[in-house]
Amino acid sequence: MIIEIGHYALVLALATAIVLSLVPVIGARRGDQAMMDVAPLGSVLLFALVAFSFGVLTYAHVVSDFSVQNVWENSHSLVPLIYKYSGVWGNHEGSMMLWLLILALFSALVAIFGRNLPDTLKANVLSVQAWISVAFILFILLTSNPFTRLDPAPAEGKDLNPVLQDIGLAIHPPLLYLGYVGFSVCFSFAVAALLDGRIDAAWARWVRPWTLAAWTFLTLGIAMGSYWAYYELGWGGWWFWDPVENASFMPWLAGTALLHSALVMEKREALKIWTVLLAILTFSLSLMGTFLVRSGVLTSVHAFASDPSRGVFILCILLIFIGGALSLFAFRAPLLSAGGLFAPISREGALVVNNLILTVACGTVLTGTLYPLVLETLTGDKISVGPPFFNLTFGLLMAPLLIIVPFGPLLAWKRGDLLGALQRLYVVAGLAFVAALVFFYIEHGGPVMAVIGLAAGLFLILGAAADLWYRAGIGKVKADIAWRRLTGLPRSAFGAALAHAGLGVTVLGIVAVTTFQTEHVVEMKQGQSTEAGGYSILFDGMRPATGPNYTEDRGHFSIRRGGAEVADVWSAKRLYTARQMPTTEAGILTFGLSQLYVSLGDATKDGGIVVRIWWKPFILCIWGGALIMAFGGFVSLTDRRLRVGAPSRKAKPAKPVAPAMEPAE
Amino acid sequence: MIRRFLLVLTLILAAAPAFAVNPDEMLSDPALEARARTLSAELRCMVCQNQSIDDSNADLAKDLRLLVRERITDGDSDEQVLNYIVSRYGEFVLLKPRFSLRTLLLWGAPVLLILAGGVSLIVFARKRAGKPTGSKLTAEEQARLAELLEK
Repeated sequence: MIIEIGHYALVLALATAIVLSLVPVIGARRGDQAMMDVAPLGSVLLFALVAFSFGVLTYAHVVSDFSVQNVWENSHSLVPLIYKYSGVWGNHEGSMMLWLLILALFSALVAIFGRNLPDTLKANVLSVQAWISVAFILFILLTSNPFTRLDPAPAEGKDLNPVLQDIGLAIHPPLLYLGYVGFSVCFSFAVAALLDGRIDAAWARWVRPWTLAAWTFLTLGIAMGSYWAYYELGWGGWWFWDPVENASFMPWLAGTALLHSALVMEKREALKIWTVLLAILTFSLSLMGTFLVRSGVLTSVHAFASDPSRGVFILCILLIFIGGALSLFAFRAPLLSAGGLFAPISREGALVVNNLILTVACGTVLTGTLYPLVLETLTGDKISVGPPFFNLTFGLLMAPLLIIVPFGPLLAWKRGDLLGALQRLYVVAGLAFVAALVFFYIEHGGPVMAVIGLAAGLFLILGAAADLWYRAGIGKVKADIAWRRLTGLPRSAFGAALAHAGLGVTVLGIVAVTTFQTEHVVEMKQGQSTEAGGYSILFDGMRPATGPNYTEDRGHFSIRRGGAEVADVWSAKRLYTARQMPTTEAGILTFGLSQLYVSLGDATKDGGIVVRIWWKPFILCIWGGALIMAFGGFVSLTDRRLRVGAPSRKAKPAKPVAPAMEPAE
Repeated sequence: MIRRFLLVLTLILAAAPAFAVNPDEMLSDPALEARARTLSAELRCMVCQNQSIDDSNADLAKDLRLLVRERITDGDSDEQVLNYIVSRYGEFVLLKPRFSLRTLLLWGAPVLLILAGGVSLIVFARKRAGKPTGSKLTAEEQARLAELLEK
């Protein structure tokens, strides 16, 4: 019965969303306050209904109600409790429910925190959000219903995919979706502004916290997914340029560009039209990512053709929203007034270059991801576009960006002094280079290009510190004044410095791992040992073990350095009994920022076993850098200008006047 | 779940949980082995989803790895090895597609995008020069501005 109530709540949510998608937007056109007031209340109600529906599905999973087809297909009574919860979104239907839940959550948050938004803007934004909700609720109800019952109910479930039975699954999709779907708010703001035909710096200030929040979650989500793949898939890779990965990486690139262009728009009222376009594109890429992953088109064009109902449905959603938004943009953008002027060498100029590079990089990833699909559809020719292509093109595009990042914050708005910035940074660049050489000498080996890569990473980190250093005037003014200036800097300055430094840490990790990692593939028998990364790894033999829903063969390894045992690690080959599916559980040992990665291969005929050992120097920097970036995002979010700075309702009539009162430029 | 789903599916299809190069496949000469590894990373495991033969444990990948090593020991250059593999398995096997008419847009995309972006920047900047800036005021705001100025 409870299942049917959950199903019904979803139907009610559809009705609510339909009302919400029409009434406020009409109210905004007519200037009807009562109709516009439907928006906030409706959005909260929509969230409550969707949350209830999602709660019911979760309940079905937790109590293992196998009369629900979705539970039967993706759960098992013996699955540990945490995976019963996370199993809710570990399948197609459930993951779409999570998508919807987060969409409704963001709408409700806009309704709650957007008290100071102008009424028409708020009504329009929430209506556009509701349009997206309608599309996705329809998609769930018509093609991917998680509440379908089975009669008679099976006694036992088919188990959750073993690879997904991991703490990573519990965290990764919600974070990723908070990012993906968070960009819907930017999209809705853009469409609402276009409907209104009016856009100003205040708009950018309202959009920026949402962009920042979505970007922060997406950064965490991607990093989490990467780390999960690293330890779960068992061959030590951390980024594969897999189309599914690209699907989440493209919105990140576009979102990063959006974050920066919204900054220009907020501070200088320039790049308006571009920012609106970027807001539309970023969410379009999120939608497209959902389409690519959900339609099965990636596995093969034929898989898509064999069960097209879902794919065609999402394709329609995609066409309506992206096509509609872009047409609206084409009609309305020329009406938007142009923003402030700036010299090519200025902070705006640097941010334009940032946007150009990020957008081109995003376009390149998009082309590489879709090219084989399009080519096969058009000509029938099959080609592959894989990591070697992306590493080359993406690497070449990003290299100049890494160099200019530290310059951006040091240039002034409107007209910057490149020479001045160069003078401030040449010490930093020199330091970075020397440090890179020292690093290279200690780790020794690897191509000379590594020095340049390491220097770029260090340049980013030191450059971020230099930005704060110069802003506080350390060394120029007395220490106490410098300290007061430093602590008086806006939080967003620290946020930006942290994010840029985090990027540097990630670059450092990537360069260090790619150039200095060592791999050892050996056959080992009990009692034998091998060397890796300066450690000696002794194989103590295999032992069988049993988990709640799997059996495994575990190999025990003792790690020694200089004759003394420093650590030990288990590495296992598991067999999940319900699906008879094998997995590898790599043994990973962390030493500082580096890791030793031990993975088991096949047993050999003479009683040994193939063991793969990787020494991954500084690999934790890759995800650590992403964490620092995300932390920078959070710090920026706490900036009081973003928290309370959005112009209040009282100040509203006066606010748009301000820019016009500035002296002519 | 989401990003890994297909990759994971492939793994399930590819079953046995052992990975990549086995010690018995390796060449004794480290220089040749290193070349074989580099080449392997550029070749697709045809029965897998977006995996190189270097990462894959599928039988076909193993065959290809052995084939690459065989050609290398026979004295083929890297280019010759790739040519040989492509002649047997088609362009699909290359993870970095060759530059040709079919891949013109693929390889040209970054260049075209940069050019398009750069040109539109210049055109836009020229068109923008000299025009008034700031947002237009609504009638209501005009009135309020006039009122303020009169004070």
